[in-house]
Amino acid sequence: CTDDLNTEPLDEDIRTAETVLTDADSYKQLLAKCYAGLILGGQTAVDGEPDISSIDGSFSSYLRLLWNHQELPTDEAICAWNDGNLRDLHDQDWDSSNEFVKAMYYRIALQITYCNNLIKLTDGQSEYKAFSDEARALRALSYYHMLDMFGRGPFVTEEDEIGSFFFPEMATQQQIFDYIESELTTIETELAEPGTNEYGRADKGLAWAILAKMYLNAEVYIGVPKYTEAITYCNKIIGGGYSLEPVYANLFLADNHLRTNEIIFPIISDGNSTQSWGGMTFLLHSTVGGDMPASESGIDGGWGGNRTTESFVNLFPDATGTDKRGMFYTEGQNLEIEDIFNFRDGYALRKFKNVTSTGAVGSNLSFPDTDFPLYRLADFYLTYAEAVVRGGTGGDMATAIGYINELKERAYGDTSGNIIASDLTLDFLLDERARELYWECHRRTDLIRFGKLTDGNYNWPWKGAVADGKNTDVRYNVFPIPSSDINANPNLSNITGY
Amino acid sequence: QEKVVTGLVTDANDGIGIPGVSVVVKGTTIGTSTDIDGSYTLSVDANATLIYSFVGYRPQEILVGSQSQINVILSIETENLSEVVIVGYGQVRKDDATGSVFTVKSDDFNQGTTSSPQDLIVGKIAGVQIVNDGGAPGSGSTIRIRGGSSMSASNDPLIVIDGMPLDNRGIDGMSNVLSSLNPNDIETFTVLKDASATAIYGSRASNGVILITTKKGKAGQKIQVTYDAKFSIGKIKETLDVLNADDYRTLVTARAVNNSSVNPDLLGAASTDWQDEIYRDATGHEHNVGISGSYKNVPFRVSAGYTDQKGILRTSEMQRTTGTLNVNPSFFDEYLKINIGVKYMQIENQFADKGAIGNALRMDPTQSVFNNTGIYGGYTTWLMSDGSRNVNATRNPVAQLQQKDDNSDVSRVIADFQADYKLHFLPDLKASMKLGYDYSDSDGDVNTDMDASWVRASSTGVKRDYTQEKKNELVDFYLTYDKDLPSLDSKINVMGGYEWQHFWSKSSAFEVDRNNDQIEDSKNETENYLVSFFGRANYTFKNKYILTGTVRQDGSSRFHEDNRWGVFPSAAFAWRMSEESFLKNIDVVSNAKVRLGYGITGQQELGQGDYPYMGTYRLSDSRTRYQFGDQFYTLLRPDGYDEGLQWEKTTTYNAGLDFGFFNNKVNGSIDIYKRKTKDLLNTIPVPAGTNFTDLLLTNVGDLENNGFEFAINAIAIDTKDLFWEVGFNLSYNKNEITRLTNYDDPNYRGVETGGISGVGVGNNIQINAVGHSLNTFYVYEQVYNSLGKPIEGLYVDRNKDGQITTADKYYAEDPAQDYNIGFSSSIKYKDFDFGFNGRVGLGGQIYNNVIVGGRYQEMTVNEYLTNMPTEINKSKFETAQQYSDYFLEDASFFRIDNITLGYNFTKILKPLLGFDINARAFATVQNAIVITDYSGLDPEVNGGIDNDVYPRPRTFLFGLNVKF
Repeated sequence: CTDDLNTEPLDEDIRTAETVLTDADSYKQLLAKCYAGLILGGQTAVDGEPDISSIDGSFSSYLRLLWNHQELPTDEAICAWNDGNLRDLHDQDWDSSNEFVKAMYYRIALQITYCNNLIKLTDGQSEYKAFSDEARALRALSYYHMLDMFGRGPFVTEEDEIGSFFFPEMATQQQIFDYIESELTTIETELAEPGTNEYGRADKGLAWAILAKMYLNAEVYIGVPKYTEAITYCNKIIGGGYSLEPVYANLFLADNHLRTNEIIFPIISDGNSTQSWGGMTFLLHSTVGGDMPASESGIDGGWGGNRTTESFVNLFPDATGTDKRGMFYTEGQNLEIEDIFNFRDGYALRKFKNVTSTGAVGSNLSFPDTDFPLYRLADFYLTYAEAVVRGGTGGDMATAIGYINELKERAYGDTSGNIIASDLTLDFLLDERARELYWECHRRTDLIRFGKLTDGNYNWPWKGAVADGKNTDVRYNVFPIPSSDINANPNLSNITGY
Repeated sequence: QEKVVTGLVTDANDGIGIPGVSVVVKGTTIGTSTDIDGSYTLSVDANATLIYSFVGYRPQEILVGSQSQINVILSIETENLSEVVIVGYGQVRKDDATGSVFTVKSDDFNQGTTSSPQDLIVGKIAGVQIVNDGGAPGSGSTIRIRGGSSMSASNDPLIVIDGMPLDNRGIDGMSNVLSSLNPNDIETFTVLKDASATAIYGSRASNGVILITTKKGKAGQKIQVTYDAKFSIGKIKETLDVLNADDYRTLVTARAVNNSSVNPDLLGAASTDWQDEIYRDATGHEHNVGISGSYKNVPFRVSAGYTDQKGILRTSEMQRTTGTLNVNPSFFDEYLKINIGVKYMQIENQFADKGAIGNALRMDPTQSVFNNTGIYGGYTTWLMSDGSRNVNATRNPVAQLQQKDDNSDVSRVIADFQADYKLHFLPDLKASMKLGYDYSDSDGDVNTDMDASWVRASSTGVKRDYTQEKKNELVDFYLTYDKDLPSLDSKINVMGGYEWQHFWSKSSAFEVDRNNDQIEDSKNETENYLVSFFGRANYTFKNKYILTGTVRQDGSSRFHEDNRWGVFPSAAFAWRMSEESFLKNIDVVSNAKVRLGYGITGQQELGQGDYPYMGTYRLSDSRTRYQFGDQFYTLLRPDGYDEGLQWEKTTTYNAGLDFGFFNNKVNGSIDIYKRKTKDLLNTIPVPAGTNFTDLLLTNVGDLENNGFEFAINAIAIDTKDLFWEVGFNLSYNKNEITRLTNYDDPNYRGVETGGISGVGVGNNIQINAVGHSLNTFYVYEQVYNSLGKPIEGLYVDRNKDGQITTADKYYAEDPAQDYNIGFSSSIKYKDFDFGFNGRVGLGGQIYNNVIVGGRYQEMTVNEYLTNMPTEINKSKFETAQQYSDYFLEDASFFRIDNITLGYNFTKILKPLLGFDINARAFATVQNAIVITDYSGLDPEVNGGIDNDVYPRPRTFLFGLNVKF
């Protein structure tokens, strides 16, 4: 009877590698997890059977964490909630035990591990080559987030054995940078042409977008300017067949899956099939509160969390929509923030909606159909212009001004907002990026590139936890590796100060 | 001269007559036995001495003299040296027992308890802590024997009912696994504490073993019927102090002046005590009938019981029906003994939404329960300014109770068949076989009213059905060889056997939202096996020196083939000093035995499913998919695992002394022990990037438990009319984590644990750290002003680096009580009996999570008002200070668990009814007295974090025992 001890899982939803990875469908399901890892908290609705367990499933959504880390430390967003140490993100006084920083870090590492596993399992199987290449692109994306947010981290690839304890080496910024560059330039030729893959899956556009952004910020990451390379990749994107969506607002609606003309890589949300309290659910609900009718966002109630600061409002000519990108909600809201924990302090923004371009409400009032445009063409118009202004070659000022004015005309509905050559300064570009790309997970990276996130070059309300904003330590340009991993892996260390 | 003597022989415990007591004239064979109600008549000489004896009772001798009526009260033999104690797979003579084993018999059970068997022995046994999980009817308890030996794995003891080890994992729809037994059917609880006693249960014995036997019929016994009834009313002892409507109105109005977020327009005009609205007086009643005896030489017992108990939280209720049958015939001159037992239980639970407990503290007292607007069932509900429901706001706690119907219906059968056969050609050798089958079937429905305020347009489940089936099958076979070797002045007892156990469960759940769209459809099936070989040898020399050795080899399907088998040995030595000549002649000393034991036990109850070593993939459900093109794909996720997972092993050293004085009228024991757990099953952060998870269960770390126990029982007075017995036990236990990581890192602070709530998500208040006890509180040291008020946000800069960072947190105390004391007293005076039992806990800490959420800032967040505890007037905290040691309090307590007064009215009743009957009525107060410094409701909270615990009611109980 000792043979009874050799058991196999009985549950039809739990399989061993031998019994499950038997056909193309299962490999595609494995690939789907690599993508879903960007938005969902777990394997059952809603955020049940969570992927990471040191924080609540819905908080562990990659997109939610990414948004919190890219937006809350900046002038673009401030949150009214008192969840643990969430407030530290806007205060810029987090430490290595902050649970949100920790969750972001483990989420990135786990996403890399999921991709490593797929790459390893499909090794040498030519029929799954496309899956493997896409997983490499997604892995590069997460390494890029590690580079951008943590500046260092454990280095693991498909060569490492999973399921046994070992201590990964720590990769420096240069090493991560080089690795992403070598990976993406290798697979860039293998990935599908822009717009030719199934909707939602990575194509060349994603690889180019990551590279263009990484090169734009290369001075921050490795101290070496790579603006020419940034222009090279912007040109690939711009020449890739994309075009600006004529109506700015349409990019953020429930039917924005139709905007593949502009959106290069979306993270997909669906009201009935991709349900999470994180992801887009978080982004839509958390930004509705006060007197804002939730129904106008196509949702069943606001969570009254995220709104913006006066500094951001001031980047616009007014809050009444001359620049149509400034989708402010001001009724019942105060411009100034007296109390961080009062949603009514600070103007609200209604950028994302669970309503289609024809006015129909999304399929589910709790979970939006609205996809998140992680990368879209407008970003690379601005990247092109900035790389040119910063001295990169391969582009020119006239083209740059042309790109900017395309954005301006869409924003104003006419040419009244257009600029001329002398307007095209770095400061203008930083502001324009905020106006065009706010709440799309770029602001933190942008402010760092301009030396304005920390220190005292630019302060906004409640930066440094004081009402008028104050100078903060430059160490907050990166997040710390959580103390739990410093303790678990002796190869890791933090920068001084953490 | 001959005379006729009549009398009644009653049980000292319950005052009920004992039938079948032998009444014999000393030195003769002349005698009689008592009839069904315990009375007798006998003709004797006035000079004769009568001996009253009955198995299990201490005999009494009485000189007849001038008496013509002699009533005798017999009490249970507290320490009968010839009696046997049950150990795993058999029994040993108490003389020959070498381990730390403690038995509580039904007569010594706590009185007046209702549905939960474990309540019968609360406070009775040194080193056994039983804390119930709250006051809900039928709620479970956390049982800890000697503090628990594990960190992440289970610390629950193994429970064995009539030889059948149970699956400790819960049964869906039932909050207490043990409540499948009716306390009235239990005969004994035997607790095996040290490894020399438990190691025979190998891999499941690290946290001690509780052996429960049920009542059985006796051969030759007349048929006897018992009827027990109880009627109870439970009342909430006290509610938490929160601001009343007037004070709250004043506060909100005052604060609105300087705080833009505080909106006094939200205040209502009512004055509602929300706690009054959710609690009620809870009634209960219970009836049990038992019939036992011998029918045509076949001993049997059948019983039926019914309990209906309401909870003090409105809408909570439990109804339970139980039935048992035990038949234990013997054949071939007792060479073959058969025991068949069937226990059946059916329980219907109505669960109340416990979220209402916390919401009753937070709901604005100026709002009325109903607003009669017709929406949301008429219950007052927070709205947004556009009239839509405020999804963030506190739910109306009354609506939470009334608009949700959460029912379960669970049936369970435990059946066992045992055959013991003494070989005809070698009667010293006995073959035993046991077949056991434990099956449960749960069915649950959760229905929410469509117009409940928290039901969203979609995606909120309004109708959920769940089912679960569980099966636990057992086969064991063992041989016992028992031999006296008078020539060598030795006795030997050898046992060896094999056991196979299979645990299987299957569950499903289906849930729809208001549009009838399915939001959950899950199925789950899992199993595990345990295969074991075991043996024990007992050797007694000169009736003084006893050696016991046991060994068990367990194979568990939960581990990888390479780590699957574990060997768990033990050895013990006992020396019966009282048999030595230097003590034998000292009359005062009736028993003295020294015990030394050593053993290794294991742990495989990981709490991580049945396949934790296996790299598995999990498929997602239909609402958790990802879109490619226009198709949605199910997700396939690899799950974290540790292939090298293996047994956690605990080595126990125990030294003890059993003593008895004055013919064991005073008896007790002392034990001292050390328990070392290595390869601790511990959930730790994995190095990021090396596994499919962030936290993983693995074997890392060492833990030590050290403690001592002392127990004493004494019969202080034992006369014809007055009998007084007292019991006292004390135990001390302290654990310490001695290693946590695979490499030395002086900066390693530990693994955080102990989640708290009310202040956002992801906050932990405890830590497991080297050099400290399990679950030590990890907090900042609060600084106070000269008036003793905490200064908000100011903590002691412990590392003196000029700033307050997490490095300034310190390791405070742990939640476990260092000392636990149990005490009891029972007095019988003529027909009256009076008893109480209580406990003392010393040295535990508790985190008052209930008041942590109370802070001014929380008053209006997001367009609704939140009430707070009156404690806010003391701390005046603006923002959450959850990591402050301000919220840590001393959890020491003194409590009287119950007080019982009984009266035996047989004498009144019998003449009225005209037939033989025994009857006793009693009244009990449960949860009678608690004295503590803790500012919350109750200092006894499992885990030490007090948050919205279902309050334990004070219950007044009236009961009746009838026997005829």
